[in-house]
Amino acid sequence: MNSKQNWQEFLIPRLIKACGYSAIVFVVLIFFFLLREGLPTLVEVPLKSLFDPRWYPIEEHFGILPLISGSLLVTVGAMLVAVPFGIGTAVFISEIAPRWVREILKPLVELLGGLPSVMLGFLGILVLAPFLRVFLDLPTGLTALAGSLLLGGIAVPTVVSIAEDALDAVPRGYREAAWALGATKWQTIWRVTLPAARSGVLTAVMLGIGRSIGETMTVMMVTGNAPVLAVKLTSIFSPVRTMTATIAAEMGEVASGSVHYRVLFFIGIVLFLISLVVNISASAMIFRAKKRAERVLS
Amino acid sequence: MVNLALAWAEAYQTIRPDVRISVTGGGSGTGIAALLNGTVDIANASRKIKPEEIEQAQANGIEPVEFVVARDAIAVIVHPDNPVSQLTLQQISDIYSGKINNWSEVGGEDRPIVRLSRETNSGTHVYFLETVLRLGQKDNKTLFSMDTLLLPSSEGIINEIRQNPNAIGYDGLGYVPHDLKIIAVAETEAGPYVLPMISTVNDKTYPIARDLYVYSVGQPQGVIQDYLEWIHASEAQEIVAELGFVPILVHNP
Repeated sequence: MNSKQNWQEFLIPRLIKACGYSAIVFVVLIFFFLLREGLPTLVEVPLKSLFDPRWYPIEEHFGILPLISGSLLVTVGAMLVAVPFGIGTAVFISEIAPRWVREILKPLVELLGGLPSVMLGFLGILVLAPFLRVFLDLPTGLTALAGSLLLGGIAVPTVVSIAEDALDAVPRGYREAAWALGATKWQTIWRVTLPAARSGVLTAVMLGIGRSIGETMTVMMVTGNAPVLAVKLTSIFSPVRTMTATIAAEMGEVASGSVHYRVLFFIGIVLFLISLVVNISASAMIFRAKKRAERVLS
Repeated sequence: MVNLALAWAEAYQTIRPDVRISVTGGGSGTGIAALLNGTVDIANASRKIKPEEIEQAQANGIEPVEFVVARDAIAVIVHPDNPVSQLTLQQISDIYSGKINNWSEVGGEDRPIVRLSRETNSGTHVYFLETVLRLGQKDNKTLFSMDTLLLPSSEGIINEIRQNPNAIGYDGLGYVPHDLKIIAVAETEAGPYVLPMISTVNDKTYPIARDLYVYSVGQPQGVIQDYLEWIHASEAQEIVAELGFVPILVHNP
């Protein structure tokens, strides 16, 4: 009996440790694989070609700027939808709604987060895109806007559930102190609760951005995939092609080791770097906010 | 065309379990090259064998024999409410290359043109680029207009055209549902404007169609002869129609 316990004591912590390290190992392996497959692009493709305004890989036009601008445009659009909606919903659930409403709303929002993105894509093609075309009198509804609206919808549950947790964690004493000073409910939320939960709310936004920029299926279905360089604000009303959709659409048919294959991996590196920057800035902000909070409390 | 070859091989092997057919994809050039090197018995190709390839085959002591086994037509499609019902190849080329941007320039309503295309990795995309955009001219470097929507599937194109009167698209004739309008195409302004149908594809009056070939090493014998005869018979030609290609009417081998 005793020896069995010892044996378990020996094995289980090590297993758990291995699981923990495996995450790091996988990320590092993926990153090295991406670098190995993608970096030769810089040698094989002249830099001028990468900054070509045209993406047409079967004729050696490898301009990746239209793809980057497409991804950024759709993501920024998605955040314009997801941030106000997400934080608004979180504030409502955590601060305003009565208990029973809250107990219905929260699981519902989480259910929304579990919707397969391909289903939202279908909705986009069949309902949203035709509606946008008629409502805004556009040549076609398959635009960056359709992608942004759907991606916003996909990011809302992520933003809501994390922001709501953060608001929930704000000590009740903060609110009571505000009310005692005669602040209205709105003043309390805007001036006290939200700032106190700032780091969590920022994490929510960052994770929402990560979710949007990496989403593939929905954007491939609804944004029209035309690789046009999006430089004007009105580009939101025209079709765009994102980095993720490009990789998904083209990787299956490309000859392994060809220039086109390398460039697709290079796009993967760019995508990886963008999400890395988003994640690092998120943790940096949280770290800073934490230090400040600790200072205040001590 | 690899789908067709696979479907044929699979169906044939259920009738003749003693025959083993292995199919390899990779494009027409790959197949013909393998034929020239003597590594395969027959090669499927969606283009005619080139003169230099015939020379090379003869140098290797191989006499390739050509059979047309099916045809492939690309239909140009628009929304049923679009008044435009005929276009020349040149007009379609100008629409897709971005020179024509409004339906009124080709006799339609004052609406912007939304161009739809398959993704660049589709064989149909490349065929359309070479035959229509570049009008079959080798040194023509016309490209698709940058704002051409590249949709990942036939369904995507059909869905968009079904609800968008601005849209124009193209797809294999077999994929086009009846509720969309197919454009009659002419090679020159003088006409005639021809709709793609099995009969017009087979008598070659419809310009955006190509033959699909099988090449054999010398006059086919034994099992290969039997296989080629079966391909030209009704069962195999039904498979052709099911996969969205145009069955041939002639029985020539």
